[in-house]
Amino acid sequence: MSVEAQFAQPRPGNTVLTGNTAPLGNTAPHQRPHMTEASKPASPQLPPLKAHAKKLSFFYGTHQALHAIDLPLVDMHVTALIGPSGCGKSTFLRCFNRIHDLYPNTRYDGEIILYPSAANIISRDVDPIEMRMRIGMVFQKPNPFPKSIFENVAYGLRLKGIRNATELKDRVETALKSTAIWEEVKNRLNKSAYDLSGGQQQRLCIARAVAAEPEMLLMDEPCSALDPIASGKIEDLIRELRKKYAVLIVTHNMQQASRASDYTAFMYMGKLVEFGATTDIFTNPKSKETEDYVTGRFG
Amino acid sequence: MDSAAPVAVSAMPQGNQGPKANHGSTPREDQIAALVKRRNASNAVAGGIMFAAAASSVAITCGIVAMLTLESLPFFREVNLWDFLTDTMWAPLFAAPRYGILPLIAGTFVTTLVALAIALPIGTIIAVYLSEFAPHTVREVIKPATELLSAVPTIVFGYFALQVVTPALQTFIPDLPTFNMLSAGIVMGIMIIPYVSSLSEDALRAVPMLLREGSYGMGASRMQTAFKVVIPSAISGLAAAYILGISRAIGETMIVAVAAGMQPNLTLDPRQPAETITAYIVQVSLGDVEHGTVAFHSIFAAGATLFVLTLGLNVFGHYLRKRYRKAY
Ligand SMILES: Nc1ncnc2c1ncn2[C@@H]1O[C@H](COP(=O)(O)OP(=O)(O)OP(=O)(O)O)[C@@H](O)[C@H]1O
Ligand SMILES: [Mg+2]
Repeated sequence: MSVEAQFAQPRPGNTVLTGNTAPLGNTAPHQRPHMTEASKPASPQLPPLKAHAKKLSFFYGTHQALHAIDLPLVDMHVTALIGPSGCGKSTFLRCFNRIHDLYPNTRYDGEIILYPSAANIISRDVDPIEMRMRIGMVFQKPNPFPKSIFENVAYGLRLKGIRNATELKDRVETALKSTAIWEEVKNRLNKSAYDLSGGQQQRLCIARAVAAEPEMLLMDEPCSALDPIASGKIEDLIRELRKKYAVLIVTHNMQQASRASDYTAFMYMGKLVEFGATTDIFTNPKSKETEDYVTGRFG
Repeated sequence: MDSAAPVAVSAMPQGNQGPKANHGSTPREDQIAALVKRRNASNAVAGGIMFAAAASSVAITCGIVAMLTLESLPFFREVNLWDFLTDTMWAPLFAAPRYGILPLIAGTFVTTLVALAIALPIGTIIAVYLSEFAPHTVREVIKPATELLSAVPTIVFGYFALQVVTPALQTFIPDLPTFNMLSAGIVMGIMIIPYVSSLSEDALRAVPMLLREGSYGMGASRMQTAFKVVIPSAISGLAAAYILGISRAIGETMIVAVAAGMQPNLTLDPRQPAETITAYIVQVSLGDVEHGTVAFHSIFAAGATLFVLTLGLNVFGHYLRKRYRKAY
């Protein structure tokens, strides 16, 4: 089924698509320079997609945590995932880089198509290591490795086989600059990453993900362990990052979702309830549950 | 101590049933005060018992130190400390006795080194395999099997060294004597493997999944994650496991007494027979050395030396743990 068809037809189940899709292009003022053949919008109303989850279900043993989720991720935009605790946001996000493969008795069903190559991320034939190199992830709690600040950022580069010292140095510096932490760490690159504050560690982890130049960035509540100032910095960072990547972010903070994202998906009990432009989800939600949730009346 | 629990349970419903704002909060406050008082009392009792338990271990250590010191004093009245530490011969039962501890230290050192060369690499590999690679079902089999090794009495290991390992080694090293440190050390290493692997595995497992996910999430393989992230994170726990292994090797008695020969021998060649500090202590204790003689008191001097060696090692281990402690 083409992307156009997906959006033109009423969706199955109780998923509601908010508003008409025409204004979506207008809500994204910035340019998208790297448009390739395959990722060109299939419909004039829709920006090109980076990935598309199609009928994605996920099982922990016999417990089904995701129920046939259909969710497009627009390239070079931020998509926020919101929903009450336990609704499956982390489970969904973690499907994208096959982290679930690390645990026994887990099962995927359906597809996650990654554009432009149109590979199915969760297919058995796809190498999860390759997918993880192409899709970066930032975790809820900062998780720097027991290494120096420099080596933390260089980790993904070394995994990709880059040995050249000058290239490593340049790319580490670029990544640290792009995550606005360079000034704070440039004189202590060889010190342990554990000496940094929590907020700095989280920006370091983002730099670590960014340094590997992924095609897409996953963030699972990246600010939940941080104070408002540190999370403000990370929000600024996310707005910068979307110039280069598609970003999928889980957040419990409605202000953050409305400030930092272009699209919002509301999940409830393992199902996608509503997806649309963030402004629509927050001002004009179609579903009663979404409205209750974003206005804080959910119970 | 038990009285605290029923009070807590019965007090709560009463407090909740009582009228709230109307009567003021005095009865409720009294109840809480009584509760806190009982809690504090039971805490004090429990604290006292735990303190006594902790203090008794300190007291026993002090007692051992005092005994070693008192009993080795008569020895050091006869034998000059300098001679004890530098003389190259240990022959306390000769007509003209010589009391140089160096041959015993050398024997202990060489057997320990051989044992560690076996136990640390193999123990670590088993631990890394069990914690990072093995599927759940395989781990369920291998882990108890390795731990079974530590249930084998050391005297059995001693005869295993003498009857099996030494003849096997003699096919490679034809002029290997029947009693030699190599065979004793190898078997001692096998005996220590489960201690090292089990503690190392605990240390590796204690590394949070979040760190592993971070590494796998970057596209690392299992091998890369294990060696670049998990092992460096667990370094202080691994150091503790190794130190325990070293202490076990230094303190091991039966295997070396049976398989290494009881001949004090100042050499670093593992193919030679030799005697360790511990083997000397059993040799004299089991023999018919008269109480009160210098030879008898020499076992306490040897014991004190062993104590200082292992104490030094533990202090070093403590320093390592502090130095590499990571807040993950
Ligand atoms: N390892 C697991 N094994 C079994 N069930 C799990 C596991 N992890 C999560 N679940 C279940 O899957 C469902 C979704 O969990 P998930 O962690 O994705 O929720 P979430 O939306 O991220 O919640 P939160 O906002 O609290 O992080 C929950 O019902 C949870 O109990
Ligand atoms: Mg979550």
